Amino acid sequence: MPSNNLYLAVVVLPLIGFFVSALFGKNLSKKVVGLIASSVIIIPFFIILKAFIGLLNGGEMIHFYLFKWFAVGHYSVNFGIQIDQLSVLMVMLITGVGSLIHLYSISYMHDDENYSNYFSYLNLFVFFMLVLVMSDNYLGMYIGWEGVALTSYLLIGFWFKNHEYNDAAKKAFVMNRVGDLGFLVGMFFVFYYTGSLEFTKVNAALGMGAMVPPLAFIASAAMFLGATGKSAQIPLFTWLPDAMAGPTPVSALIHAATMVTAGIYLIFRSNALFSLAPDTLNIIAIIGIATALYAALVGLAQNDIKKVLAYSTVSQLGLMFLAVGVGAYTTALFHVLTHGFFKALLFLGSGSVIHAMGGNQDIREMGGLKKYMPITYATFLIGSLAISGIPPFSGFFSKDEILAMAFQQNIVLWVLGVAVSMMTAFYMFRLLFLTFSGEFRGSSQEKSHLHESPLLMTVPLIVLAVLSAIAGLLGLPAVFHAPHFLNNFLSPIVVHSGEGHPHLNASTEYMLMAIATVSGIISIGLAYTKYVSKKSIPSVDTLYTGLSKWANRKFYIDEIYDFLFVRPVKWVSDFLFRVVDKLLVDGIVELSGKVSILTGNVIRSLQTGQTSFYILAMVLSICFIIGYYLIGI
Amino acid sequence: MDIEILNGVSVQQYLWLTVILFSIGVLGVLSRKNAIIIFMSVELMLNSVNLLLVVFSKMHADTLGQVFVFFSMSVAAAEVAVGLAILVMMYRNTKSINIDILSKIKE
Amino acid sequence: MLVLTLLILPFVGALLTALAGNRSANKIALLSTISTLLYTLKLYFDFSSNAAQMDWSFNAQWLVEPNILFGLSIDGLSLLMLILTNLLTPIIVLSGLGSTTQNSRTFYSLILAMQGAMNGVFLANEGFTFYVFWELSLIPIYFIALLWGRDYTQKITFKFFVYTLAGSLLMLISMIVLYLMAGSLQLKHLHHLSINGIGQTIVFLGFFLAFAIKVPVVPFHTWQADTYTAAPTQGTMLLSGLMLKMGLYGFIRWLIPIVPLAIVQFAPTIITLGIIGVVYGAWIAIQQDDIKRLFAYSSLSHVGLITAGIFTVNTMGLTGASIQMLAHGINVVGLFFAAEVIFRRTGTYDLSALGGIRSKAPWFSTYFFILLLGSIGLPLTNAFVGEFMLIFSVWQYNSALGVFAGLTIILAAVYMLRMFQRAMLGNANTVTTDFQDLDLSEHLTFIPLIILVFVLGVYPMPIIEMVEPVIQQIIQLAAI
Repeated sequence: MPSNNLYLAVVVLPLIGFFVSALFGKNLSKKVVGLIASSVIIIPFFIILKAFIGLLNGGEMIHFYLFKWFAVGHYSVNFGIQIDQLSVLMVMLITGVGSLIHLYSISYMHDDENYSNYFSYLNLFVFFMLVLVMSDNYLGMYIGWEGVALTSYLLIGFWFKNHEYNDAAKKAFVMNRVGDLGFLVGMFFVFYYTGSLEFTKVNAALGMGAMVPPLAFIASAAMFLGATGKSAQIPLFTWLPDAMAGPTPVSALIHAATMVTAGIYLIFRSNALFSLAPDTLNIIAIIGIATALYAALVGLAQNDIKKVLAYSTVSQLGLMFLAVGVGAYTTALFHVLTHGFFKALLFLGSGSVIHAMGGNQDIREMGGLKKYMPITYATFLIGSLAISGIPPFSGFFSKDEILAMAFQQNIVLWVLGVAVSMMTAFYMFRLLFLTFSGEFRGSSQEKSHLHESPLLMTVPLIVLAVLSAIAGLLGLPAVFHAPHFLNNFLSPIVVHSGEGHPHLNASTEYMLMAIATVSGIISIGLAYTKYVSKKSIPSVDTLYTGLSKWANRKFYIDEIYDFLFVRPVKWVSDFLFRVVDKLLVDGIVELSGKVSILTGNVIRSLQTGQTSFYILAMVLSICFIIGYYLIGI
Repeated sequence: MDIEILNGVSVQQYLWLTVILFSIGVLGVLSRKNAIIIFMSVELMLNSVNLLLVVFSKMHADTLGQVFVFFSMSVAAAEVAVGLAILVMMYRNTKSINIDILSKIKE
Repeated sequence: MLVLTLLILPFVGALLTALAGNRSANKIALLSTISTLLYTLKLYFDFSSNAAQMDWSFNAQWLVEPNILFGLSIDGLSLLMLILTNLLTPIIVLSGLGSTTQNSRTFYSLILAMQGAMNGVFLANEGFTFYVFWELSLIPIYFIALLWGRDYTQKITFKFFVYTLAGSLLMLISMIVLYLMAGSLQLKHLHHLSINGIGQTIVFLGFFLAFAIKVPVVPFHTWQADTYTAAPTQGTMLLSGLMLKMGLYGFIRWLIPIVPLAIVQFAPTIITLGIIGVVYGAWIAIQQDDIKRLFAYSSLSHVGLITAGIFTVNTMGLTGASIQMLAHGINVVGLFFAAEVIFRRTGTYDLSALGGIRSKAPWFSTYFFILLLGSIGLPLTNAFVGEFMLIFSVWQYNSALGVFAGLTIILAAVYMLRMFQRAMLGNANTVTTDFQDLDLSEHLTFIPLIILVFVLGVYPMPIIEMVEPVIQQIIQLAAI
């Protein structure tokens, strides 16, 4: 079918782009490479727009098979593509934000020696990400799932001469793989009990009661472990801040807008399974809010512009998991979308700043940049307002919905959520004020270099800023009496639909909104007083004390993990090699060899080499034999 | 020819004689280090067996035994030639005919 | 006769290579292995298109008393192993073109003799024939490891030889026991033999030890790392890529269908040993500094999983094992060749001395990285499908063991990425500063492997379809 081929092209084009950049990139001019790499993302965006419009008009989801991957007994797995309401939104986010980031990168990475490699990796990432969200089965999704981890590894360690970056890349990959094991085990449960990995068939089987709740609990908990790895939740979150070693557009695309939301996608996709396991959902909610709180606290005391954004990403992801945990899948996806816009915007804005600063990322050495980079400043401001949940920017709507859903479930979750939201507003505006307001604090050399970024970088910023401002329209609160677009659109995907809407009465909901908004504004005010009015600058890292020291050092989680896991693993490895393998197991083998050599030596001493001794032995033996027969018979 | 006296010796006594001769040979081989004496002892053992063959041949009135004796005597003669040659070589190389020198087989 | 031709071809090649001069030996060996490969592929296409019309076996009376046949035959599983052997041998020969080997005509004719012996092992359908080829294959590799290895190989090679030979002798005892019971050693007779419990145990132990030492299964593995490290790289490739598959193949062909009762009895132990091997090998690999030793332990880890999957005796496990044997062969040969490439240029396998090769040799590092990805089982590379099936089958057998088996995906990532980072990334140092990228013969060695990594990862169905009937049959036999 031609239209199937068209949708196949969505996936295949980025792959072709990858091969072109990887194989011929060195021979093509940088402009051509960048253009090809961007166009293989832009074209799919428009193709998928067609599918989106079709679904919007009530069309059926698109589902087709390519070929059989493997089949054993009654287990079989096909390569298949499924474009439904959920994946179409994800694909649009990936290709939309992706193409903006590709364009931005053309300028940002212009002077890098491995320019074509960069674009090939970026294309490959988009390919795997599209595989992840467009596959019709779990194993296909797993291809994308591992593939994005691989490309994330390649891009974090893009500047591979620096071993710190390589360590960060390795850490990201390994932590993701810990999660992947969970995903794999979850998949085994699904495969075994439902007999298929295809989403439609699995959901049908689950509807027929293929899995009893205890099984569903284990399966969903295992899958959630996978999601924590990919989406940087407790306990597998420490890789994400380190992942900032990669080029900034990479952080925007992979570690903010798309890949890290794959965990949410996985759970949304499996909502039929997760809804069978309320215990898992509770765990998710707790982990989500705990991660959000932790990351927000740490974010308060970071001084690297990208680290702040990284922790804010972890924190926002935590809020999304909170939403999932209270059963509000569409709300979580709403936040995925708005967060995709404003976080990409913020990262790209920070990239623009870093570009101007000549690579320096320390906000203590910035300040007053709004004079030099007005567009970056304006867009960054919009992003910050959006993430802080100030109306009418998009973050307000999605975050408000999450908080409302949490309020319905448990007021403690709501209180903590508001706290996270306040901290978010504070550290974001701390970042904004320290970077853009006041006087420039860097070296004079840096000062002479300050400039607004070129058009290719600012246009994506402007587009994202517009999106961040208006994306709230996707899901207006019920009290506004407007249709909630996302809830309606996604209702076919959610098995227990109806849970996606807040059922609070209007006055409560207005009150919640007001509290959230006011607390956000208060935080911004506090940040303003401290960093603009009082012009206070964070001190050097060694001078922190008390709680802020703990926050600055990320509560020593990395050190704890190092102590609990990394070192014991190495130590056990040495022990196994030197003691168990060499001494014990091989010792026994060597011992059996030694025993035979020893007996050989004993017997050898009979072999004197003296003829008379041999003759004596012979004579005695003959006598013995003759004697034996004489007596024996 | 008058060999009546031999008829007076019983088979039993011949057997004892050969056993004694053989044992002397064995003891000689075992106890002496001189290669020539060992050699002589081996010959002694050989000849005791030859004697035995002759005795039984006579007893069974079957000449086959005596034919064998001729065989073995001629083989023994050849063997003596080779053996003595070896001894000569040994003496030339080691200036000794003590067989304990020849313990290279040990290694 | 088809079958016999396939068996004879490598030996003819070995003879020609031995007669050739040292200078042209490698080219003649290459030609010979390529023609064997082409012949194998022809057999494959015949087999998949019109198997029924052709004669796939060869039987001749060898001895009358005892009743011993020289029996060969081909089915899907044999064909898979033959493809593996005859595909990898040309690559192994090719990998030597870039370096000079002392007395190369002997070296290459030994490699070809080894190929012939392994073909015999995979073709044999009669116990005595199997045993003869099994032992025959040990002789060339012994000399390859002894004479062309690193300086200290004597003791190591001796240990390897004695260890594996001891195992083989136990197998001989089992064979004799089987003969006494069946009056023949043909597989088809052995399949229908009913053996009592103790007999099964005895036969099982003999076979199992022989195979387990060859594979190797923990704790019979201590010859492995040393031998892999000390042998010349082509020898290591033969050992790890091909020879250990003889043991795994033996499990499937000579153990499971013949002594099903003992399998049921011992399966829990062996699967546990396999999984211990998975974790143990991978864990040790994490701290190794010698690249070849690291790969040796990684190989131990992978074959542990294959062993565990085989002894679950379900379709998923056995199919996964078949695919994984092929995939592991390809990956491990590629990885050892990468180690060889590094050694050729720097004279060391020591990770702590290396670094920064990626910036000097982009092609090499790309190939190396792809093989590494195959080895850690990234989806769409060859090892993934097999690994998925194997872990799934072990999980079905016992879910806790399945999760332990799954640790391989984490640990493999840890040791492989550490190795890659230390050897390839960072800044070039004095050892690696003059590192040249690959030459033509090295490219030609890597490219088929790289292609196979992806082709088998994306489209393993032909392999599955080829082996599935055999596996169904074996499972049926085991179910009795």
